[in-house]
Amino acid sequence: MFPFSSSASAPLAHSLRLPSPSPLPPRTPPSHLYRLGLPNFRRRLLLLRSVSTAVRAMASEGGEDPRLPRIASTIRVIPDFPKPGIMFQDITTLLLDHEAFRHTIDMFVERYRDKRITVVAGIEARGFIFGPPIALAIGCKFVPMRKPKKLPGEVISEEYSLEYGTDIMEMHVGAVQPGDRALVIDDLIATGGTLAAAIRLLERVGAEVVECACVIELPELQGYQRLGGKPLFVLVKAA
Amino acid sequence: MAVCEDKEQDPRIRRIASSIRVVPDFPKKGIMFQDITTLLLDPKAFKDTADLFVERYTGKGISVVAGVEARGFIFGPPIALAIGAKFIPLRKPRKLPGEVISENYVLEYGTDCLQMHVDAVQPGERALVVDDLIATGGTLCAAISLLERAGAEVVECACVIELPELKGREKLNGKPLYILMESH
Repeated sequence: MFPFSSSASAPLAHSLRLPSPSPLPPRTPPSHLYRLGLPNFRRRLLLLRSVSTAVRAMASEGGEDPRLPRIASTIRVIPDFPKPGIMFQDITTLLLDHEAFRHTIDMFVERYRDKRITVVAGIEARGFIFGPPIALAIGCKFVPMRKPKKLPGEVISEEYSLEYGTDIMEMHVGAVQPGDRALVIDDLIATGGTLAAAIRLLERVGAEVVECACVIELPELQGYQRLGGKPLFVLVKAA
Repeated sequence: MAVCEDKEQDPRIRRIASSIRVVPDFPKKGIMFQDITTLLLDPKAFKDTADLFVERYTGKGISVVAGVEARGFIFGPPIALAIGAKFIPLRKPRKLPGEVISENYVLEYGTDCLQMHVDAVQPGERALVVDDLIATGGTLCAAISLLERAGAEVVECACVIELPELKGREKLNGKPLYILMESH
């Protein structure tokens, strides 16, 4: 199961607002658990205990990176968080497994160390966990992309759509220069709205976004189509 | 930014100190905010910061690094990865998806709450608490409480910067504090 890489469709013009994402579909536990004929409470218990049930690593021709099954198996799925119907992909259990965490960082570092990346932009807050180790390993800057009013200096802001309403992402003025080659990091891509906002902020200051990288993708939400043509690299796809 | 007088003048610390930006009147008038984002823009300063902590904690049997949201998430994981420990995020309410334990703590006006996942830490584990800065010590005190309630032994708290006039050091339940620099 190799890391998955996909290119989006034709790039959107910068002036286009990205379409509002459709409401998240209700999530049900994987069908094989229903076939077991278990009562509801036991099915949920299996979900909570079975970290790999709803997570599968990407397939690729050529063979499977032996690190991926361990990484995928450490991700815990929490049903009905933050609200009923959502199957939340919890990476905190990955962080409890030192080897899995190390493998995760290694796989990103191996991909990006020879790509002349000059800045890693991590999205608050879980992008702050994965981004800095990558930046340190490849010897480049780390830039936090934050919720409003957290960054103390002068900022530029970008509004983006949520399922209901909008939010704002900010970046410090002067953190990124024209010509910087940027990698955007978050733990997970869902609708792609957050990553798209980060891309726009970086491009507004003249950086080139080389790629977006996440541990997990929720492919049904097709977030990769909202990245303005920028490629996406993920380690694991979640059903 | 004052480098601690009682420290050996490690040449790396001067560069780290000079890379930190002070932003006046943030988040409100009269506060001189210590901005570590400029440290993160200097790859050598950031690497030296991580190395200084790693050198101190390697080989001390520390199996847990707990980082306080959100800037503790930047400094904690590199230390955890280098010393072979797990990383535990300590978060504001309703961010962690699983079952949590909570600890309230006092702010200048009002209270706040810090949470940790149940079962993140096993009894007897040796833990390090990491944040970018210690001010009043309220947040670190809550972090220590969470870890101790779960049965861990907090070995030390580690921050890049201390604001010594706020006496946060006295709020750490007797736990030692290690810092790279003070700001007066």
